[in-house]
Amino acid sequence: MRRLQVLLCSGSACQSAGALEVKRALVEAVTELGLTEEVQIVETGCMGPCELGPILLVYPEGAYYVRVKPKDVREIAEEHFLKGRVVRRLLWGGPGPEPRTLPFFARQKKVVLANCGQIDPERIEEYIAVGGYEALAKALTRMTPEEVIAEVTRAGLRGRGGAGFPTGKKWQAVREAPGRPKYVICNGDEGDPGAFMDRAVLEGDPHSVLEGMAIAAYAVGAEKGYIYVRAEYPLAIKRLEVAIAQARKYGLLGARIFDTDFSFDVELRIGAGAFVCGEETALIASIEGKRGEPRPRPPYPATSGLFGKPTLINNVETFANIRHIILNGGDWFAQMGTATSKGTKVFALAGQVRNTGLVEVPMGITLRELIFEVGGGVPEGRRFKAVQIGGPSGGCLPESLLDVPIDYESLKEYGAMMGSGGVIVLDDTSCMVNVAKFFLEFTADESCGKCVPCRVGTRLMLGILERITRGEGREEDLAELERLAKLVKEASLCGLGQTAPNPVLSTLRHFQEEYLAHIHEKACPAGVCPDLIHYDILADRCRACDLCRRACPTGAAQGTPRQPPYRIVQALCIRCGACLEACPFGAVVKRPGRKE
Amino acid sequence: MEKKAILQRFPRSPDVLLALLHELQRANPQNYLTPEDLALAAEYLGLPLSRVRDAVTFYTMFSLHPRGKHVIRVCDSPNCHLFGAWSVVEELQRLLGVGVGETTPDGLFTLELTSCLGACGVAPVMMVDDEVFGNLTPQKLREILARLKEEG
Repeated sequence: MRRLQVLLCSGSACQSAGALEVKRALVEAVTELGLTEEVQIVETGCMGPCELGPILLVYPEGAYYVRVKPKDVREIAEEHFLKGRVVRRLLWGGPGPEPRTLPFFARQKKVVLANCGQIDPERIEEYIAVGGYEALAKALTRMTPEEVIAEVTRAGLRGRGGAGFPTGKKWQAVREAPGRPKYVICNGDEGDPGAFMDRAVLEGDPHSVLEGMAIAAYAVGAEKGYIYVRAEYPLAIKRLEVAIAQARKYGLLGARIFDTDFSFDVELRIGAGAFVCGEETALIASIEGKRGEPRPRPPYPATSGLFGKPTLINNVETFANIRHIILNGGDWFAQMGTATSKGTKVFALAGQVRNTGLVEVPMGITLRELIFEVGGGVPEGRRFKAVQIGGPSGGCLPESLLDVPIDYESLKEYGAMMGSGGVIVLDDTSCMVNVAKFFLEFTADESCGKCVPCRVGTRLMLGILERITRGEGREEDLAELERLAKLVKEASLCGLGQTAPNPVLSTLRHFQEEYLAHIHEKACPAGVCPDLIHYDILADRCRACDLCRRACPTGAAQGTPRQPPYRIVQALCIRCGACLEACPFGAVVKRPGRKE
Repeated sequence: MEKKAILQRFPRSPDVLLALLHELQRANPQNYLTPEDLALAAEYLGLPLSRVRDAVTFYTMFSLHPRGKHVIRVCDSPNCHLFGAWSVVEELQRLLGVGVGETTPDGLFTLELTSCLGACGVAPVMMVDDEVFGNLTPQKLREILARLKEEG
């Protein structure tokens, strides 16, 4: 054991913020100071607060260095590693309180993410050292498949991919389905914009997913598993490849695991850029090497899935929960959460919130606690407006609903959805009509085109939203949007279409006044839609410096130097905002509504 | 034949099609699938050519047209959008002198958009080949492009 453990977050976000350069600087400094025997550098998976990256966590002190630059490393090495003086200036929260006591950590409950950021995901030994594969050993040697399923059922675990189907029930269905061989699939095609918990788990703790899959395979009677990961996640793919190879080497995948009659192996399959492949029947088609188009259910994959055989398909986070349930028992798991939603949920916090990144909280905490305590609220000077939860299948909830507990049913009741757990916080600079349009653009683009309601319906809805944001909205548009939304929801083939109207419906329900402002007053209250705003120059602030005139690409900003005020000729203005950016005196203002 | 060697690494089973196509595309310096590639894959896996084309045209990551040595994919998802993805696209268009979906005349870069890269905490984000870059600024874009040009 070396004197100091230096954990360097090497998740995708931290790598893209420069973690690898920090690592080079770290190795260099430690070598130069002759500390290689005393300091152990460990590259870990995601630690959570992504926007603070690159992050260094130094034990035994637990010093949490954030936004570390290569040039800071020298100081940390000399002061902290050599002389034992923590560089408080670079800690999260500055020289203030111990970072671990910040609400960001204190309100979290890490089960799925327990190992993320704590162990080196490329070393199976570290996973085993923290109890890895113990649950598999327990299941294989001391439990029958039926007992495993009973434990998962008792836990009340529900699918973390979005729909929330009871996991135990699904396993039971596959176990009972006639036909051999059976397959286990891990759905790692995390496509919801703003959701990255599966990426973090695959990058930070890949063995927990493999172990969950192996236990599931034992329970349902499968010998072969597939992990389907999207090609946009090269680091997750690499770490999974390493993990699978190591597990095979240790005999934790392959023939006769733990000297039992149980054999199981896993193959990795890579997507090729199609959102719809996250839908289970589309994903199965894609693993078979076909176009990733969904098909009608039933039959469900449990009876006729991959290659027409009984197939269990669960999400990454669902599998990552399994080992904890087997080790600690279903009752332990069921203690966390609400009556119908048990355990914890990982959320990806993004948007206008102070602490963006990955957090894990018990089910049932309120949106307010999640956003304002764990997330730290919206940045100073901004006002919270809405939270978009559940991605393109989810919805936008207003401030008045912040005390809604986070569980599958409550979110659905108000028009949102747990989805995969993407949470995007929006402040007063976001236009809700525009947000709805944006998500619909996404689903319309990603619609595979197989069924008409989704392919055509989303386009028709999008056309109306585009008109509204252009200021050509009509009185009857809102009713027509609702009519189309209902049709698309009811008649679409798969989950993509069935949930695509949710962002529109939820904004219509909670932010109708914004739609009405666009339609009646031809004004975008948030000042986002370029056709529904105008720029003005405040006469008393204008110093006639001529900067706005020079910045204006169309000659709309006019005036004579040193003869205030300047003015904007609305007929020429394209509302690009160049004048606003150029004005050093705050004389140019953006206002909702048109001005002829 | 290098391509033969790629084929040999796969079992002759139709379900490996996507993985095989990924490898063939990667082996092409111009980052795309040629008509010969499709024919090779079809023959090796015993599939009709139409079935291979069917799959290729469904997925956005496969290209039937030559692309640059480096494919730059800017994330165009809502969160990156909020944090200025479009100004990143505009800056890249200016620096590269090409539009989205186009390749620079020197054959070095192709500019594309991508769905969420899952690095939303460091938005705006882009991926160059297999590497993800976050917290993008015009200055950072210039540095990344300069480095890639130097590497050739």
